[in-house]
Amino acid sequence: MRTRQAIALLSLVGFLISLYLWLHAIGVVGELKCGTGSCEVVQTSPYARVAGVPVAFFGVLGYVALFVTALVGLQPSFLSKRSPSLLLAGLATAGLLFTAYLTYLEAFVIQAWCRWCLGSAAVIAVIWVVAVLGLRNGAVAPSQRDSARSLG
Amino acid sequence: MKRFYWLLAVVLVGGVVWIWFGNKAGGQGVEWVAETKVPETKADSEFTGYVMGSETAPVEIVEYADFECPICATFGAVQFPVIKQQLIATGKLRWRLRDFPLPPEVHMWSRLAAHSVACAGEQGKAWEMIDALFSHHRMWSQRRDDPAKLFRGWAKDLVGLDMTKYDACMESGRYRGRIQYSREEGQARMVGGTPTFFVNGQEWHTRDISSDAFQRMVDSVTAQRRRR
Repeated sequence: MRTRQAIALLSLVGFLISLYLWLHAIGVVGELKCGTGSCEVVQTSPYARVAGVPVAFFGVLGYVALFVTALVGLQPSFLSKRSPSLLLAGLATAGLLFTAYLTYLEAFVIQAWCRWCLGSAAVIAVIWVVAVLGLRNGAVAPSQRDSARSLG
Repeated sequence: MKRFYWLLAVVLVGGVVWIWFGNKAGGQGVEWVAETKVPETKADSEFTGYVMGSETAPVEIVEYADFECPICATFGAVQFPVIKQQLIATGKLRWRLRDFPLPPEVHMWSRLAAHSVACAGEQGKAWEMIDALFSHHRMWSQRRDDPAKLFRGWAKDLVGLDMTKYDACMESGRYRGRIQYSREEGQARMVGGTPTFFVNGQEWHTRDISSDAFQRMVDSVTAQRRRR
């Protein structure tokens, strides 16, 4: 249960980061608060879009998928099932690979760093670790399921 | 569990409030930064960009650029001089630069810079003004201060423009419609970011925008045309 809770919370944080970058990409929010980073360089590069769609939008979709899966996995009827953990691990792996590619572009092609993108990369990396641990630990123990019922 | 859902709600609401109220665009109130919805005119649609190179060159590249875009500036200052020397001057390539100012929330001074180039273009010195803007990019881009005086200084000292004509042109704002038309034309071609390149009418999807990559691409397109 703890791993699914952690993933829900982390994916919410990742969702907010991606939402911020996406709203910036479509002109809803102003200049990125980037400190000493080079967010504008990264965000206005040709690599910031895939087929005209801002990359951040894929992040929004990915984190929503992780968040919803984690919440569903926390429902009493799914707590003892392994399928949410498998799905979370799959989604986290896809997200991690996509993020690794984007981070490679930042490092070696664009040669500029966007701290929000790095923040998202850190979040998905932690989610992946937690998801893999959740997979190893298997389904939630009956005692935890009962406590979830009593607390919920 | 209830406590956990409360935590999620607090994080969500806190994040959304920060994004919305802490970063909302707009309120800059500068005439130059506003997107002008100017009706298309004949003069706007007839302008097809700043052209460099032979009319008979076998390859034409159309670049959609934003003068405040850092990658456009690095490309313009570092790679373009080599491309100019090796490909354009040798008649292998014709370059056409089109305005594609990104939204004012992203780049506040793009339209002012594009207008400055257009006014230099009236005196046949658009490319010199583009060079001045790109080579001094760090001095004016991504800053709060209005760079109009900097542009004027470079127009006078580096480009050598007739400043009476330049000032009158900038004052009139007569190219704002043309700049907006160019952006809308780019949007119609699905231009998303800058720089975006079209090679003989086809978008060139490339991760490598070095002069070497352009050399290879031009050689390849030229060889294909010879085979036909």
